[in-house]
Amino acid sequence: MALFKNITIGQYIPGNSAIHRLDPRTKIIGTVLLIVLLFMVDSFLGYALAAVAIFGIVQLSEIPWRIILRGLRPLFVILLLTVSLHLFMTEGTPIFRIWFIEVTWEGLFRGVMMGVRLALLVMGTSLLTLTTSPINLTDGIESLLKPGKRIGVPAHELAMMMTIALRFIPTLLEEAEKIMKAQMARGADFQSGGLMQRAKSLIPLLVPLFVNAFRRADDLAIAMEARGYRGGEGRTKFKELHFGQADAIALGVSIAFVVLVGVLF
Amino acid sequence: MPIVVERVSHIYMEGTPMAKVALRDVSLTIEDGEFVGLIGHTGSGKSTLVQHFNGLLMPTSGRVYVDGVDLTDKHTSLRAIRQKVGMVFQYPEHQLFGETVFEDVAFGPRNAGLEEREVEARVKEALEMVGLDYSALKDHSPFELSGGQKRRVAIAGVLAMKPAVLILDEPTAGLDPEGSADILSKIQALHGAGKVTVIMVTHSMEDVARMSTRLVVMEQGGIVFDGAPREVFTQVELLKEMGLGVPQVTELMHELKGKGLPVQTNILTLEEAEAELVRVLELKRHGTV
Repeated sequence: MALFKNITIGQYIPGNSAIHRLDPRTKIIGTVLLIVLLFMVDSFLGYALAAVAIFGIVQLSEIPWRIILRGLRPLFVILLLTVSLHLFMTEGTPIFRIWFIEVTWEGLFRGVMMGVRLALLVMGTSLLTLTTSPINLTDGIESLLKPGKRIGVPAHELAMMMTIALRFIPTLLEEAEKIMKAQMARGADFQSGGLMQRAKSLIPLLVPLFVNAFRRADDLAIAMEARGYRGGEGRTKFKELHFGQADAIALGVSIAFVVLVGVLF
Repeated sequence: MPIVVERVSHIYMEGTPMAKVALRDVSLTIEDGEFVGLIGHTGSGKSTLVQHFNGLLMPTSGRVYVDGVDLTDKHTSLRAIRQKVGMVFQYPEHQLFGETVFEDVAFGPRNAGLEEREVEARVKEALEMVGLDYSALKDHSPFELSGGQKRRVAIAGVLAMKPAVLILDEPTAGLDPEGSADILSKIQALHGAGKVTVIMVTHSMEDVARMSTRLVVMEQGGIVFDGAPREVFTQVELLKEMGLGVPQVTELMHELKGKGLPVQTNILTLEEAEAELVRVLELKRHGTV
Protein backbone atom coordinates (compact mmCIF):
# COMPACT_ATOMS: atom_id res chain seq x y z
CA MET A 1 0.00 0.00 0.00
CA ALA A 2 3.05 2.15 -0.29
CA LEU A 3 1.61 4.27 -3.07
CA PHE A 4 -1.45 5.42 -1.21
CA LYS A 5 -0.33 5.59 2.36
CA ASN A 6 -0.56 9.37 2.52
CA ILE A 7 -4.27 9.59 1.99
CA THR A 8 -5.82 10.54 5.33
CA ILE A 9 -9.13 11.95 4.19
CA GLY A 10 -11.81 9.36 4.74
CA GLN A 11 -9.50 7.08 6.64
CA TYR A 12 -10.86 5.53 9.81
CA ILE A 13 -8.54 4.85 12.74
CA PRO A 14 -10.16 2.25 14.96
CA GLY A 15 -10.25 3.04 18.64
CA ASN A 16 -12.41 3.13 21.71
CA SER A 17 -12.03 6.69 22.93
CA ALA A 18 -14.83 8.89 24.19
CA ILE A 19 -15.04 10.45 20.73
CA HIS A 20 -15.11 7.08 18.97
CA ARG A 21 -18.00 5.97 21.15
CA LEU A 22 -20.21 8.98 20.45
CA ASP A 23 -23.26 8.51 18.27
CA PRO A 24 -22.33 9.29 14.64
CA ARG A 25 -25.21 11.78 14.47
CA THR A 26 -23.68 13.74 17.33
CA LYS A 27 -20.37 13.82 15.51
CA ILE A 28 -21.90 14.84 12.20
CA ILE A 29 -23.88 17.68 13.77
CA GLY A 30 -20.82 18.66 15.78
CA THR A 31 -18.74 18.82 12.61
CA VAL A 32 -21.34 20.95 10.87
CA LEU A 33 -21.38 23.25 13.90
CA LEU A 34 -17.61 23.48 13.77
CA ILE A 35 -17.69 24.46 10.10
CA VAL A 36 -20.32 27.12 10.84
CA LEU A 37 -18.25 28.40 13.73
CA LEU A 38 -15.09 28.66 11.67
CA PHE A 39 -16.93 30.77 9.11
CA MET A 40 -18.57 32.95 11.73
CA VAL A 41 -15.60 34.00 13.81
CA ASP A 42 -13.56 36.85 12.56
CA SER A 43 -10.94 37.51 15.20
CA PHE A 44 -7.78 35.88 16.42
CA LEU A 45 -9.29 35.20 19.81
CA GLY A 46 -12.19 33.37 18.14
CA TYR A 47 -9.81 31.21 16.13
CA ALA A 48 -7.71 30.57 19.18
CA LEU A 49 -10.76 29.34 21.08
CA ALA A 50 -11.83 27.13 18.15
CA ALA A 51 -8.29 25.77 17.94
CA VAL A 52 -8.29 24.99 21.64
CA ALA A 53 -11.58 23.14 21.20
CA ILE A 54 -10.21 21.10 18.28
CA PHE A 55 -7.01 20.31 20.17
CA GLY A 56 -9.13 19.16 23.07
CA ILE A 57 -11.18 16.86 20.84
CA VAL A 58 -8.02 15.42 19.27
CA GLN A 59 -6.67 14.70 22.75
CA LEU A 60 -9.94 13.00 23.70
CA SER A 61 -10.01 10.98 20.48
CA GLU A 62 -6.56 9.50 21.19
CA ILE A 63 -5.69 9.87 17.50
CA PRO A 64 -1.95 10.51 17.18
CA TRP A 65 -1.11 14.08 16.15
CA ARG A 66 1.09 12.71 13.43
CA ILE A 67 -1.95 11.37 11.58
CA ILE A 68 -3.93 14.58 11.98
CA LEU A 69 -1.05 16.68 10.68
CA ARG A 70 -0.45 14.28 7.81
CA GLY A 71 -3.95 15.15 6.61
CA LEU A 72 -2.77 18.74 6.16
CA ARG A 73 0.10 17.78 3.89
CA PRO A 74 -1.84 17.55 0.60
CA LEU A 75 -3.32 20.92 1.50
CA PHE A 76 0.05 22.60 1.74
CA VAL A 77 -0.03 24.17 -1.72
CA ILE A 78 -3.55 25.51 -1.27
CA LEU A 79 -2.61 26.90 2.14
CA LEU A 80 0.46 28.59 0.74
CA LEU A 81 -1.52 30.04 -2.14
CA THR A 82 -4.27 31.35 0.13
CA VAL A 83 -1.89 32.98 2.55
CA SER A 84 0.22 34.60 -0.15
CA LEU A 85 -2.77 35.79 -2.17
CA HIS A 86 -4.14 37.57 0.85
CA LEU A 87 -0.73 38.78 1.83
CA PHE A 88 -0.06 40.49 -1.48
CA MET A 89 -3.52 41.49 -2.64
CA THR A 90 -4.98 43.30 0.36
CA GLU A 91 -4.80 47.04 0.42
CA GLY A 92 -4.03 48.91 3.61
CA THR A 93 -1.13 50.09 5.73
CA PRO A 94 2.05 48.93 3.99
CA ILE A 95 4.77 47.06 5.86
CA PHE A 96 7.21 47.04 2.96
CA ARG A 97 7.11 46.89 -0.82
CA ILE A 98 9.31 45.28 -3.41
CA TRP A 99 8.83 46.82 -6.84
CA PHE A 100 5.06 46.67 -7.29
CA ILE A 101 4.37 44.01 -4.70
CA GLU A 102 3.09 45.52 -1.51
CA VAL A 103 2.73 43.67 1.76
CA THR A 104 0.29 45.27 4.17
CA TRP A 105 -0.61 44.71 7.80
CA GLU A 106 -4.16 43.99 6.76
CA GLY A 107 -2.92 41.45 4.21
CA LEU A 108 -0.73 39.73 6.75
CA PHE A 109 -3.63 39.61 9.15
CA ARG A 110 -6.11 38.26 6.60
CA GLY A 111 -3.63 35.78 5.14
CA VAL A 112 -2.72 34.22 8.44
CA MET A 113 -6.36 34.11 9.44
CA MET A 114 -7.44 32.40 6.23
CA GLY A 115 -4.61 29.90 6.56
CA VAL A 116 -5.56 29.11 10.12
CA ARG A 117 -9.22 28.82 9.11
CA LEU A 118 -8.43 26.31 6.35
CA ALA A 119 -6.11 24.27 8.51
CA LEU A 120 -8.62 24.12 11.35
CA LEU A 121 -11.41 23.20 8.94
CA VAL A 122 -9.49 20.25 7.57
CA MET A 123 -8.32 19.11 10.98
CA GLY A 124 -11.79 19.38 12.46
CA THR A 125 -13.60 17.64 9.65
CA SER A 126 -11.05 14.87 9.26
CA LEU A 127 -11.66 14.08 12.93
CA LEU A 128 -15.15 12.95 11.94
CA THR A 129 -13.97 10.29 9.52
CA LEU A 130 -10.95 9.39 11.61
CA THR A 131 -13.12 8.45 14.58
CA THR A 132 -16.25 7.13 12.84
CA SER A 133 -16.33 3.91 10.88
CA PRO A 134 -17.83 4.33 7.39
CA ILE A 135 -20.80 2.14 8.30
CA ASN A 136 -21.60 4.25 11.34
CA LEU A 137 -21.12 7.41 9.35
CA THR A 138 -23.62 6.44 6.67
CA ASP A 139 -26.04 5.15 9.28
CA GLY A 140 -25.83 8.54 10.91
CA ILE A 141 -26.37 10.37 7.62
CA GLU A 142 -29.31 8.16 6.76
CA SER A 143 -30.88 8.81 10.11
CA LEU A 144 -30.31 12.57 9.84
CA LEU A 145 -31.74 12.66 6.32
CA LYS A 146 -34.84 10.67 7.22
CA PRO A 147 -37.01 13.70 7.96
CA GLY A 148 -36.31 14.82 4.40
CA LYS A 149 -38.04 11.75 3.01
CA ARG A 150 -41.35 13.53 2.99
CA ILE A 151 -40.03 16.07 0.54
CA GLY A 152 -38.55 13.33 -1.61
CA VAL A 153 -35.00 12.94 -0.29
CA PRO A 154 -34.05 9.30 -0.95
CA ALA A 155 -32.33 8.93 2.42
CA HIS A 156 -31.81 5.19 2.33
CA GLU A 157 -30.66 5.08 -1.26
CA LEU A 158 -28.19 7.90 -0.69
CA ALA A 159 -26.84 6.17 2.39
CA MET A 160 -26.56 2.84 0.59
CA MET A 161 -24.72 4.48 -2.29
CA MET A 162 -22.35 6.10 0.16
CA THR A 163 -21.80 2.87 2.03
CA ILE A 164 -20.99 1.05 -1.17
CA ALA A 165 -18.77 3.84 -2.44
CA LEU A 166 -16.88 4.03 0.85
CA ARG A 167 -16.68 0.28 1.07
CA PHE A 168 -15.04 0.10 -2.33
CA ILE A 169 -12.52 2.91 -1.94
CA PRO A 170 -9.94 0.64 -0.29
CA THR A 171 -10.78 -2.15 -2.71
CA LEU A 172 -10.26 0.13 -5.67
CA LEU A 173 -7.04 1.52 -4.25
CA GLU A 174 -5.79 -1.98 -3.64
CA GLU A 175 -6.82 -3.01 -7.11
CA ALA A 176 -5.19 0.06 -8.63
CA GLU A 177 -2.00 -0.70 -6.80
CA LYS A 178 -2.07 -4.31 -7.90
CA ILE A 179 -2.61 -3.39 -11.54
CA MET A 180 0.09 -0.75 -11.31
CA LYS A 181 2.49 -3.30 -9.96
CA ALA A 182 1.57 -5.80 -12.64
CA GLN A 183 2.17 -3.23 -15.36
CA MET A 184 5.35 -2.06 -13.69
CA ALA A 185 6.47 -5.67 -13.73
CA ARG A 186 6.09 -5.40 -17.50
CA GLY A 187 8.23 -2.28 -17.58
CA ALA A 188 5.52 0.36 -17.37
CA ASP A 189 6.64 3.73 -16.09
CA PHE A 190 4.06 5.92 -14.40
CA GLN A 191 6.39 8.57 -13.10
CA SER A 192 8.47 10.06 -15.86
CA GLY A 193 7.73 11.83 -19.12
CA GLY A 194 5.72 14.90 -20.01
CA LEU A 195 2.05 15.47 -19.37
CA MET A 196 0.86 13.67 -22.51
CA GLN A 197 3.26 10.83 -21.95
CA ARG A 198 2.08 10.42 -18.40
CA ALA A 199 -1.59 10.58 -19.31
CA LYS A 200 -0.97 7.92 -21.92
CA SER A 201 0.89 5.75 -19.46
CA LEU A 202 -2.27 5.66 -17.34
CA ILE A 203 -4.23 3.73 -19.97
CA PRO A 204 -2.84 0.35 -18.89
CA LEU A 205 -3.94 1.22 -15.36
CA LEU A 206 -7.35 2.76 -16.03
CA VAL A 207 -8.74 0.29 -18.55
CA PRO A 208 -8.42 -2.76 -16.30
CA LEU A 209 -9.52 -0.71 -13.29
CA PHE A 210 -12.79 0.23 -14.99
CA VAL A 211 -13.36 -3.21 -16.45
CA ASN A 212 -12.92 -4.72 -13.00
CA ALA A 213 -15.06 -2.09 -11.31
CA PHE A 214 -17.97 -2.84 -13.66
CA ARG A 215 -17.54 -6.56 -13.16
CA ARG A 216 -17.52 -6.05 -9.42
CA ALA A 217 -20.57 -3.77 -9.49
CA ASP A 218 -22.44 -6.41 -11.41
CA ASP A 219 -21.45 -9.13 -8.96
CA LEU A 220 -22.43 -6.94 -6.03
CA ALA A 221 -25.87 -6.17 -7.49
CA ILE A 222 -26.54 -9.85 -8.00
CA ALA A 223 -25.25 -10.76 -4.55
CA MET A 224 -27.47 -8.10 -2.96
CA GLU A 225 -30.53 -9.28 -4.84
CA ALA A 226 -29.75 -12.87 -3.97
CA ARG A 227 -29.90 -11.86 -0.33
CA GLY A 228 -33.29 -10.28 -0.81
CA TYR A 229 -32.33 -6.63 -0.96
CA ARG A 230 -35.19 -4.53 -2.30
CA GLY A 231 -34.39 -1.05 -1.09
CA GLY A 232 -34.94 0.65 2.23
CA GLU A 233 -38.67 0.04 2.74
CA GLY A 234 -39.28 -1.97 5.92
CA ARG A 235 -35.59 -2.75 6.34
CA THR A 236 -34.45 -3.22 9.93
CA LYS A 237 -31.01 -2.61 11.33
CA PHE A 238 -28.62 -4.96 13.03
CA LYS A 239 -27.06 -2.12 14.95
CA GLU A 240 -29.50 0.55 16.04
CA LEU A 241 -28.04 3.98 16.64
CA HIS A 242 -28.29 5.05 20.23
CA PHE A 243 -28.30 8.67 21.30
CA GLY A 244 -27.16 8.50 24.91
CA GLN A 245 -26.27 10.77 27.75
CA ALA A 246 -22.73 11.38 26.52
CA ASP A 247 -24.18 12.48 23.19
CA ALA A 248 -26.59 14.89 24.86
CA ILE A 249 -23.73 16.41 26.84
CA ALA A 250 -21.40 16.59 23.86
CA LEU A 251 -24.04 18.16 21.65
CA GLY A 252 -25.12 20.60 24.37
CA VAL A 253 -21.54 21.73 25.00
CA SER A 254 -20.89 22.08 21.26
CA ILE A 255 -23.98 24.20 20.65
CA ALA A 256 -23.28 26.38 23.66
CA PHE A 257 -19.65 26.80 22.59
CA VAL A 258 -20.49 27.67 18.99
CA VAL A 259 -23.18 30.14 19.96
CA LEU A 260 -20.99 31.77 22.59
CA VAL A 261 -17.80 31.98 20.55
CA GLY A 262 -19.60 32.66 17.29
CA VAL A 263 -21.59 35.54 18.65
CA LEU A 264 -18.92 37.05 20.88
CA PHE A 265 -15.95 36.86 18.52
CA MET B 1 20.88 -15.25 -12.56
CA PRO B 2 20.67 -16.06 -8.87
CA ILE B 3 18.36 -14.19 -6.54
CA VAL B 4 19.74 -13.64 -3.08
CA VAL B 5 17.49 -12.47 -0.28
CA GLU B 6 19.43 -11.39 2.77
CA ARG B 7 17.72 -11.01 6.14
CA VAL B 8 14.71 -9.27 4.65
CA SER B 9 11.87 -7.98 6.79
CA HIS B 10 8.86 -6.19 5.46
CA ILE B 11 6.32 -4.21 7.44
CA TYR B 12 3.19 -2.91 5.74
CA MET B 13 1.87 0.50 6.81
CA GLU B 14 4.84 1.02 9.06
CA GLY B 15 4.32 3.67 11.68
CA THR B 16 0.52 3.48 11.74
CA PRO B 17 -1.74 1.56 14.11
CA MET B 18 -2.39 -0.82 11.18
CA ALA B 19 1.27 -1.79 10.84
CA LYS B 20 1.61 -5.43 9.94
CA VAL B 21 4.76 -7.49 9.79
CA ALA B 22 4.61 -9.53 6.58
CA LEU B 23 8.17 -10.87 6.49
CA ARG B 24 10.56 -11.41 9.37
CA ASP B 25 14.23 -11.81 8.74
CA VAL B 26 13.95 -14.02 5.66
CA SER B 27 17.10 -15.25 3.92
CA LEU B 28 16.95 -17.31 0.76
CA THR B 29 19.02 -17.96 -2.34
CA ILE B 30 17.48 -19.10 -5.58
CA GLU B 31 19.91 -20.57 -8.09
CA ASP B 32 19.66 -20.76 -11.86
CA GLY B 33 17.48 -23.47 -13.26
CA GLU B 34 15.56 -24.22 -10.10
CA PHE B 35 11.83 -24.78 -10.04
CA VAL B 36 10.84 -23.44 -6.65
CA GLY B 37 7.41 -24.15 -5.25
CA LEU B 38 6.40 -21.64 -2.60
CA ILE B 39 3.59 -22.73 -0.34
CA GLY B 40 2.00 -21.37 2.78
CA HIS B 41 -1.25 -20.02 4.12
CA THR B 42 -2.96 -16.93 2.88
CA GLY B 43 -1.12 -14.18 4.72
CA SER B 44 2.03 -16.21 5.31
CA GLY B 45 4.07 -13.73 3.28
CA LYS B 46 4.52 -15.61 0.00
CA SER B 47 3.22 -12.87 -2.25
CA THR B 48 5.09 -10.23 -0.28
CA LEU B 49 8.31 -12.20 -0.61
CA VAL B 50 8.10 -12.71 -4.37
CA GLN B 51 7.41 -9.02 -4.91
CA HIS B 52 10.84 -8.33 -3.46
CA PHE B 53 12.44 -10.39 -6.22
CA ASN B 54 11.85 -7.70 -8.85
CA GLY B 55 11.78 -4.63 -6.67
CA LEU B 56 8.04 -4.08 -6.66
CA LEU B 57 8.34 -4.01 -2.90
CA MET B 58 11.37 -2.78 -1.03
CA PRO B 59 12.39 -4.45 2.20
CA THR B 60 11.90 -2.53 5.42
CA SER B 61 15.27 -3.97 6.37
CA GLY B 62 17.67 -6.35 4.67
CA ARG B 63 18.89 -6.64 1.09
CA VAL B 64 17.90 -8.30 -2.17
CA TYR B 65 20.40 -9.08 -4.92
CA VAL B 66 19.47 -10.14 -8.43
CA ASP B 67 22.43 -11.32 -10.45
CA GLY B 68 24.66 -9.58 -7.94
CA VAL B 69 22.86 -6.24 -8.27
CA ASP B 70 21.53 -4.75 -5.06
CA LEU B 71 17.86 -3.86 -5.60
CA THR B 72 17.73 -1.71 -2.49
CA ASP B 73 20.37 0.58 -3.98
CA LYS B 74 18.75 3.81 -5.16
CA HIS B 75 20.77 3.80 -8.38
CA THR B 76 19.65 0.36 -9.52
CA SER B 77 17.46 0.46 -12.61
CA LEU B 78 14.44 -1.52 -11.50
CA ARG B 79 12.97 -1.48 -14.98
CA ALA B 80 15.96 -3.40 -16.26
CA ILE B 81 15.63 -5.90 -13.42
CA ARG B 82 11.94 -6.36 -14.16
CA GLN B 83 12.71 -7.34 -17.72
CA LYS B 84 14.87 -10.14 -16.34
CA VAL B 85 12.63 -11.20 -13.48
CA GLY B 86 9.18 -11.62 -14.99
CA MET B 87 6.21 -11.69 -12.69
CA VAL B 88 2.75 -13.10 -13.33
CA PHE B 89 0.36 -11.90 -10.66
CA GLN B 90 -2.68 -13.69 -9.32
CA TYR B 91 -5.56 -13.49 -11.78
CA PRO B 92 -3.30 -11.81 -14.34
CA GLU B 93 -6.22 -11.51 -16.77
CA HIS B 94 -7.55 -8.72 -14.56
CA GLN B 95 -4.69 -6.57 -15.81
CA LEU B 96 -5.42 -6.92 -19.52
CA PHE B 97 -5.97 -3.57 -21.18
CA GLY B 98 -4.96 -3.77 -24.83
CA GLU B 99 -7.34 -3.18 -27.69
CA THR B 100 -6.02 -6.35 -29.24
CA VAL B 101 -4.24 -9.39 -27.94
CA PHE B 102 -1.17 -8.26 -29.87
CA GLU B 103 -1.14 -4.81 -28.24
CA ASP B 104 -1.42 -6.29 -24.80
CA VAL B 105 1.34 -8.84 -25.18
CA ALA B 106 3.55 -6.26 -26.91
CA PHE B 107 3.36 -3.92 -23.90
CA GLY B 108 6.36 -5.42 -22.10
CA PRO B 109 8.71 -5.68 -25.09
CA ARG B 110 7.80 -2.14 -26.17
CA ASN B 111 8.55 -0.80 -22.72
CA ALA B 112 11.92 -2.47 -23.06
CA GLY B 113 12.47 -0.27 -26.11
CA LEU B 114 12.71 -3.07 -28.66
CA GLU B 115 12.29 -2.54 -32.37
CA GLU B 116 8.88 -3.22 -33.83
CA ARG B 117 10.10 -6.24 -35.78
CA GLU B 118 11.60 -7.77 -32.65
CA VAL B 119 8.43 -6.95 -30.71
CA GLU B 120 6.37 -8.83 -33.26
CA ALA B 121 8.65 -11.84 -33.11
CA ARG B 122 8.49 -11.84 -29.31
CA VAL B 123 4.69 -11.59 -29.26
CA LYS B 124 4.38 -14.46 -31.73
CA GLU B 125 6.79 -16.62 -29.80
CA ALA B 126 5.16 -15.84 -26.44
CA LEU B 127 1.66 -16.59 -27.67
CA GLU B 128 2.83 -19.86 -29.15
CA MET B 129 4.59 -20.76 -25.91
CA VAL B 130 1.27 -20.58 -24.06
CA GLY B 131 -0.44 -22.54 -26.79
CA LEU B 132 -2.44 -19.80 -28.49
CA ASP B 133 -2.80 -19.39 -32.24
CA TYR B 134 -0.99 -16.16 -33.09
CA SER B 135 -2.56 -15.40 -36.45
CA ALA B 136 -6.07 -16.30 -35.32
CA LEU B 137 -6.05 -14.34 -32.09
CA LYS B 138 -3.67 -11.41 -32.44
CA ASP B 139 -6.32 -8.97 -33.67
CA HIS B 140 -9.03 -10.03 -31.23
CA SER B 141 -9.91 -7.98 -28.20
CA PRO B 142 -8.56 -9.79 -25.15
CA PHE B 143 -11.88 -9.14 -23.43
CA GLU B 144 -13.72 -11.40 -25.89
CA LEU B 145 -11.70 -14.46 -24.98
CA SER B 146 -12.59 -17.22 -22.55
CA GLY B 147 -11.22 -17.15 -19.01
CA GLY B 148 -8.49 -19.67 -19.74
CA GLN B 149 -7.45 -17.89 -22.91
CA LYS B 150 -7.33 -14.53 -21.14
CA ARG B 151 -5.05 -16.03 -18.51
CA ARG B 152 -2.76 -17.36 -21.21
CA VAL B 153 -2.62 -14.03 -22.99
CA ALA B 154 -1.68 -12.39 -19.70
CA ILE B 155 1.08 -14.93 -19.09
CA ALA B 156 2.30 -14.43 -22.66
CA GLY B 157 2.53 -10.73 -21.84
CA VAL B 158 5.21 -11.54 -19.29
CA LEU B 159 6.93 -14.24 -21.35
CA ALA B 160 7.32 -11.80 -24.24
CA MET B 161 9.97 -10.00 -22.19
CA LYS B 162 12.02 -13.22 -22.21
CA PRO B 163 12.68 -13.15 -18.50
CA ALA B 164 15.42 -15.35 -17.06
CA VAL B 165 13.36 -15.85 -13.94
CA LEU B 166 9.62 -16.37 -14.08
CA ILE B 167 7.57 -15.78 -10.94
CA LEU B 168 4.00 -17.03 -10.96
CA ASP B 169 1.58 -16.23 -8.17
CA GLU B 170 -1.04 -18.98 -8.16
CA PRO B 171 -1.19 -19.30 -11.93
CA THR B 172 -4.07 -21.78 -11.90
CA ALA B 173 -6.38 -20.08 -9.39
CA GLY B 174 -9.96 -20.11 -10.62
CA LEU B 175 -9.33 -22.25 -13.72
CA ASP B 176 -11.09 -25.51 -14.45
CA PRO B 177 -9.02 -28.72 -14.12
CA GLU B 178 -8.31 -28.92 -17.82
CA GLY B 179 -7.30 -25.28 -18.05
CA SER B 180 -5.01 -25.50 -15.06
CA ALA B 181 -3.39 -28.76 -16.20
CA ASP B 182 -2.75 -27.07 -19.51
CA ILE B 183 -1.14 -23.97 -17.99
CA LEU B 184 0.99 -26.08 -15.69
CA SER B 185 2.26 -28.25 -18.52
CA LYS B 186 3.23 -25.11 -20.43
CA ILE B 187 5.13 -23.84 -17.42
CA GLN B 188 6.85 -27.15 -16.98
CA ALA B 189 7.80 -27.22 -20.66
CA LEU B 190 9.30 -23.75 -20.32
CA HIS B 191 11.35 -24.81 -17.36
CA GLY B 192 12.27 -28.09 -19.04
CA ALA B 193 13.67 -26.22 -22.03
CA GLY B 194 16.25 -24.91 -19.58
CA LYS B 195 15.63 -21.28 -20.33
CA VAL B 196 14.05 -20.07 -17.14
CA THR B 197 14.17 -20.37 -13.41
CA VAL B 198 10.62 -20.75 -12.15
CA ILE B 199 9.25 -19.61 -8.81
CA MET B 200 5.65 -20.66 -8.35
CA VAL B 201 3.40 -19.66 -5.47
CA THR B 202 0.66 -22.23 -5.08
CA HIS B 203 -1.71 -23.95 -2.70
CA SER B 204 -1.61 -27.24 -4.51
CA MET B 205 0.68 -29.80 -2.90
CA GLU B 206 0.15 -32.06 -5.91
CA ASP B 207 1.49 -29.47 -8.34
CA VAL B 208 4.48 -28.75 -6.15
CA ALA B 209 5.22 -32.42 -5.70
CA ARG B 210 5.04 -33.12 -9.41
CA MET B 211 6.83 -30.11 -10.78
CA SER B 212 9.21 -28.38 -8.43
CA THR B 213 12.81 -29.21 -7.67
CA ARG B 214 12.68 -27.30 -4.43
CA LEU B 215 9.94 -26.56 -1.98
CA VAL B 216 9.84 -23.58 0.34
CA VAL B 217 7.17 -23.50 3.03
CA MET B 218 6.31 -20.21 4.68
CA GLU B 219 4.41 -19.46 7.82
CA GLN B 220 3.82 -16.15 9.56
CA GLY B 221 6.35 -14.29 7.50
CA GLY B 222 9.17 -16.79 7.90
CA ILE B 223 10.50 -19.83 6.06
CA VAL B 224 9.79 -23.01 7.99
CA PHE B 225 10.89 -25.65 5.47
CA ASP B 226 13.21 -25.42 2.51
CA GLY B 227 14.32 -28.49 0.60
CA ALA B 228 13.48 -31.07 -2.02
CA PRO B 229 9.72 -31.78 -2.03
CA ARG B 230 10.36 -35.41 -1.13
CA GLU B 231 12.27 -34.29 1.94
CA VAL B 232 9.80 -31.66 3.02
CA PHE B 233 6.77 -33.89 2.58
CA THR B 234 8.15 -36.35 5.12
CA GLN B 235 7.06 -33.80 7.73
CA VAL B 236 3.45 -34.89 7.42
CA GLU B 237 2.44 -34.09 10.97
CA LEU B 238 4.05 -30.65 11.08
CA LEU B 239 2.63 -29.67 7.72
CA LYS B 240 -0.81 -30.78 8.81
CA GLU B 241 -0.47 -28.81 12.00
CA MET B 242 0.15 -25.74 9.86
CA GLY B 243 -3.02 -26.58 8.00
CA LEU B 244 -1.15 -27.32 4.80
CA GLY B 245 -1.03 -31.08 4.44
CA VAL B 246 0.83 -33.15 1.88
CA PRO B 247 -0.14 -34.54 -1.54
CA GLN B 248 -3.07 -36.92 -1.32
CA VAL B 249 -1.04 -39.93 -2.45
CA THR B 250 1.63 -39.21 0.14
CA GLU B 251 -1.04 -39.04 2.79
CA LEU B 252 -2.58 -42.29 1.53
CA MET B 253 0.76 -44.05 1.78
CA HIS B 254 1.17 -42.78 5.32
CA GLU B 255 -2.24 -44.13 6.26
CA LEU B 256 -1.55 -47.48 4.62
CA LYS B 257 1.64 -47.74 6.60
CA GLY B 258 -0.31 -46.85 9.73
CA LYS B 259 -2.64 -49.75 8.98
CA GLY B 260 0.32 -52.09 8.80
CA LEU B 261 1.16 -52.29 5.11
CA PRO B 262 4.96 -51.96 4.80
CA VAL B 263 5.00 -49.31 2.07
CA GLN B 264 7.51 -46.52 1.55
CA THR B 265 5.97 -43.19 2.48
CA ASN B 266 8.19 -40.82 0.49
CA ILE B 267 5.85 -41.09 -2.48
CA LEU B 268 4.84 -37.98 -4.35
CA THR B 269 2.97 -38.93 -7.48
CA LEU B 270 0.30 -41.33 -8.58
CA GLU B 271 2.75 -43.25 -10.73
CA GLU B 272 5.17 -43.74 -7.86
CA ALA B 273 2.33 -44.84 -5.62
CA GLU B 274 1.19 -47.36 -8.17
CA ALA B 275 4.66 -48.84 -8.54
CA GLU B 276 5.13 -49.00 -4.79
CA LEU B 277 1.78 -50.67 -4.19
CA VAL B 278 2.44 -53.21 -6.92
CA ARG B 279 5.82 -53.96 -5.36
CA VAL B 280 4.43 -54.43 -1.86
CA LEU B 281 1.43 -56.47 -3.03
CA GLU B 282 3.74 -58.73 -5.07
CA LEU B 283 5.85 -59.33 -1.99
CA LYS B 284 2.71 -60.06 -0.01
CA ARG B 285 1.45 -62.57 -2.57
CA HIS B 286 4.70 -64.42 -2.37
CA GLY B 287 4.33 -64.49 1.37
CA THR B 288 7.47 -62.57 2.03
CA VAL B 289 5.58 -60.02 4.08
